[in-house]
Amino acid sequence: MKAVSSPTKMELVEVGHSRVDAPDFGRATLRRLARLRWGLAAAGILLLVVATSAFAPWIAPHDPLAVDIRHRLSPPQWMEGGSPEHLLGTDQVGRDLLARMMYGGRVSLVVGVGAVLISATIGVLLGLGAGYFGGSTDWTIMTGINVMLTFPFVLLALAVIAVLGPSLTNMIIVLGVAGWPIYARVIRAETMAIFERDFVLAGRALGMSHVRIVFRQIVPNLVSVIVVIATLQVAQVIILESFLSFLGLGIQPPTPAWGNMLGEGRLYMLNSWWIATFPGLAIFLTTLVINLIGNALRDWLDPHLKL
Amino acid sequence: MRRYIVRQLVQLVVVILGISILAFAILHVLGDPVLLLLPQNAGKEEFERYRHLLGLDRPLYVQYWKFLSRAALGDFGKSWYADTPAFTLVLERMPPTIYLTFAGLAVGLLIALPLGIFAALKRNSWLDSLCTVVAVAGQAAPIFWLGIMLIIVFAVRLKVLPASGYGSWRNFLMPAFCLGAALAPITMRLVRSGVIEVMNMEFIKTARAKGLAEPTVVVKHAFRNACIPVITVLGLQFGQLLGGAIITETVFAWPGVATLTVESIRNQDFPVVQCAVILLALLIVGVNLIVDLIVGFIDPRIRAA
Repeated sequence: MKAVSSPTKMELVEVGHSRVDAPDFGRATLRRLARLRWGLAAAGILLLVVATSAFAPWIAPHDPLAVDIRHRLSPPQWMEGGSPEHLLGTDQVGRDLLARMMYGGRVSLVVGVGAVLISATIGVLLGLGAGYFGGSTDWTIMTGINVMLTFPFVLLALAVIAVLGPSLTNMIIVLGVAGWPIYARVIRAETMAIFERDFVLAGRALGMSHVRIVFRQIVPNLVSVIVVIATLQVAQVIILESFLSFLGLGIQPPTPAWGNMLGEGRLYMLNSWWIATFPGLAIFLTTLVINLIGNALRDWLDPHLKL
Repeated sequence: MRRYIVRQLVQLVVVILGISILAFAILHVLGDPVLLLLPQNAGKEEFERYRHLLGLDRPLYVQYWKFLSRAALGDFGKSWYADTPAFTLVLERMPPTIYLTFAGLAVGLLIALPLGIFAALKRNSWLDSLCTVVAVAGQAAPIFWLGIMLIIVFAVRLKVLPASGYGSWRNFLMPAFCLGAALAPITMRLVRSGVIEVMNMEFIKTARAKGLAEPTVVVKHAFRNACIPVITVLGLQFGQLLGGAIITETVFAWPGVATLTVESIRNQDFPVVQCAVILLALLIVGVNLIVDLIVGFIDPRIRAA
């Protein structure tokens, strides 16, 4: 995914022009700092989301599965008819929305991080192979990347889940295995660029093994790239996971997940807007802060990266 | 140019083969069609008989070859659910999906082009910052949630638009906006960076030095050149756009291929799923090819690369 106005070639051009319009340079620096500040604020919010999900069993106001028919479809507390016991209201069987959202965050975060770990591992290894060995290895891996990137990721995930059946593990595996091409493509290009550098040549001249060159000389130079892509991908995976759960092909009710809460809430949107709105807001906020962190990381670690 | 076209065509064939292998493998390697077809309490002999009947006891490459040679003729087998050829079912649902995709593309461009150009020309202004903020937010908003929010506001509260359905232009408004809003952020940023890059080029200075009016410089000289990366990326994004259309369709109960696919997945109707997957992939690959050719035609530098 492309991230917002990265300081790429364009801004280098800007710096080059700084003699002509001098204030631009100062402003660009200010903007970089400002974006880092946004990144820190975003990190704070993400920490809060992670903490509420992780500590949900201790801090949640209710049991997320506790049915309370008397208070079913009760609106958020501040609205007319809202119950003081349920801050964000309740769903169709009277389960507390806030508690369910706290627990739902666990699913999204676990799937997001788990899937990204898998796809980063596969993608980085294949990208290294393609970039380092070139030739037919490169051709095969590039064809694989093209096939996967042509295909809408959503469709692939849907089809595979349909065969394997929905479960948390399957979801992590599917989203993890399907997500590798984006890493492979970037790592391949970066590896090719690093391969040309003198220290790799020196290593080869000294007779280092391929494994040693790749993992001692090339990989350390790729860490920041991998961290940036992986961060941005966590957000993408969370959106996909919630879409699958939204369709009923992901995490199965009654286990709360932001996606399936949104999907159930859709049925009641005529009278009870809050059931669908709050879980959606949670997805939106989480992906937003992760994207902001990713952008800030990119600016901080690796300004040349264009994603 | 001819070599360029040939190279693109070879790549196209390879990608299509790859996708057909993927579609085949999903059902035959990950799952077992007989297990899905027969009731769970069927006996062992029953399974074996069906396996033989469907040719599933033969080596995988033989099965794949059979699948591929039939698929090439448009024969994906009958739907396990509706008893009609899968191909016909999918083809019938194709037009709504294509219309929605193009409507979304149009809305996306309508938002992205003016904002992107404006942000580039007034770089670092408050409008530029605002565009950046909207783009960051837009990228994080899940389409399906945006769709539901639109339905709650415009269909449930204000009662000005139909919540779902297909037929009149009013049905198009919300889905097209939803899809366009998903496409707009990335396109806007591309237009912005493309225009900024072009505006720093020598030929713009020349155009200005000739004494051309600023609007002429921007529209005739800058925008045309900024279009090339935008067209390329839009072509590459077409797959994602179609992916977005799939999500949008399910929210608005749009009678397109995606809704059919999701229904078929729920019904475990795999011939239809395979057929839909392959036809959608063909559509994407076709559009990518056309875009590559257009870009290669406009910009000779790309042909050489």
